[in-house]
Amino acid sequence: MAANPMSQFDVYRIGPEIKVGAFDISFTNASLFMIISTVSILLIFNLGSKKNSILPNKIQLLAELSYTFVAKMISDTAGSKAKPYFAFIFSLFMFVLFCNMFGMIPYTFTVTSHIIVTFVLAAFIFIGVTVIGFIKHGFGYLKLFVPSGVPAVLLPLIVVIEIISYLSRPISLSVRLFANMMAGHTMMKVFGGFVISLGIVGGWLPLSFSVALTGLEILVAFLQAYVFAILTCIYLNDALNLHH
Amino acid sequence: MVKKIYLHLVFLSFFFIKEAFAAESGGMPQLNPEFWVSQIFWLVLTFGIMYLVLSKLILPKISNNLESRKSQILENIEAAEKQREDSETKLKEYDQIILKSKTEANAMFNQAREKAVKDINAKRDVLDKQIDDEIAKAEKEIQALRDNAPDKINKIAIETSSELLQKLIGAEVNNSSISAIVDDLSRRNGDKYYGN
Repeated sequence: MAANPMSQFDVYRIGPEIKVGAFDISFTNASLFMIISTVSILLIFNLGSKKNSILPNKIQLLAELSYTFVAKMISDTAGSKAKPYFAFIFSLFMFVLFCNMFGMIPYTFTVTSHIIVTFVLAAFIFIGVTVIGFIKHGFGYLKLFVPSGVPAVLLPLIVVIEIISYLSRPISLSVRLFANMMAGHTMMKVFGGFVISLGIVGGWLPLSFSVALTGLEILVAFLQAYVFAILTCIYLNDALNLHH
Repeated sequence: MVKKIYLHLVFLSFFFIKEAFAAESGGMPQLNPEFWVSQIFWLVLTFGIMYLVLSKLILPKISNNLESRKSQILENIEAAEKQREDSETKLKEYDQIILKSKTEANAMFNQAREKAVKDINAKRDVLDKQIDDEIAKAEKEIQALRDNAPDKINKIAIETSSELLQKLIGAEVNNSSISAIVDDLSRRNGDKYYGN
């Protein structure tokens, strides 16, 4: 495990193999960290919402600040119409943030460093946003692909580009998060390996790099969760308000 | 020093690229579909349960807490505003009372002063009258004295003159002739003495 920087992303079964029909749904280390993340989120926010004191304690303040942070993010990017989707975006942000942050603890597994996880999330968002768009605007939602004020000559090209960019949304959304997580963790592992291989004499430089990278990765972990949530808001804004 | 660090970085980046390629050749565990279904299943399960619990139980509570805090703060602000207004009206009342009592005190003071002035004036009038009476009496006496003075002076002058004459010449001089001379003299010099 130590030698290969990619081995930290290995998924392995914990406990017996569970099969439903042809599908293997065994409990793995990925499942374990999904459960750890969700349970910590639920614990923190349950504790933070239990007591309602005028002067909030620390955990209540944490919960309420997160709530207002996400609420402000949604209302800034998608407007007041996006209020029914607040709970989903809040859950999404918290889930990605906690998975990223738990991945920063040594010997843990980063759920969001797997393309299949981020892609399922992104595809769900993509399909959901498209369905919302068609429900809200009917076939008028297709106007999204026809920007206003474009010369008629350029329109066929622009429409094609718009459609491609729309369809590539789930891919860009999922690959962005997955690639950031994977690259950061790989890099940290590589530098950690250098510390060992260069020993007491030359190991200090990669060690200081590792320390700096840890700080950077914590920032990236937060930033990618934020970007994921805010892009969801922007897509939702397209579906709800149809600005084109 | 900076150059050294830079060279180290270049060296390390070569290492990194080499390692990364080595990993690539080993394959990315992410692209191994063995546990994809399992991951999707557990993701949907955990995220779904978390979403349901958050949206149905926890988030409404937090929003409720925030709302109630907001409304309570607003209520408190309103109450404080009301109390401030109350205290302002009280202050106004207090000011009015102070003003009223001040004017009352002024009036009382003025009354007292007027009374005192009146008393003083009355007393002064009485005193003035007494003084005037005294002066009038004294003037009358002076007038009387002054009226009597020429006669007495004349008499004294006559007596003294007759005695002087008796002593000087040893003869009795008729009082009537002396008085005639004195009268004549006094009439001539009377203007000088009395300014008549």
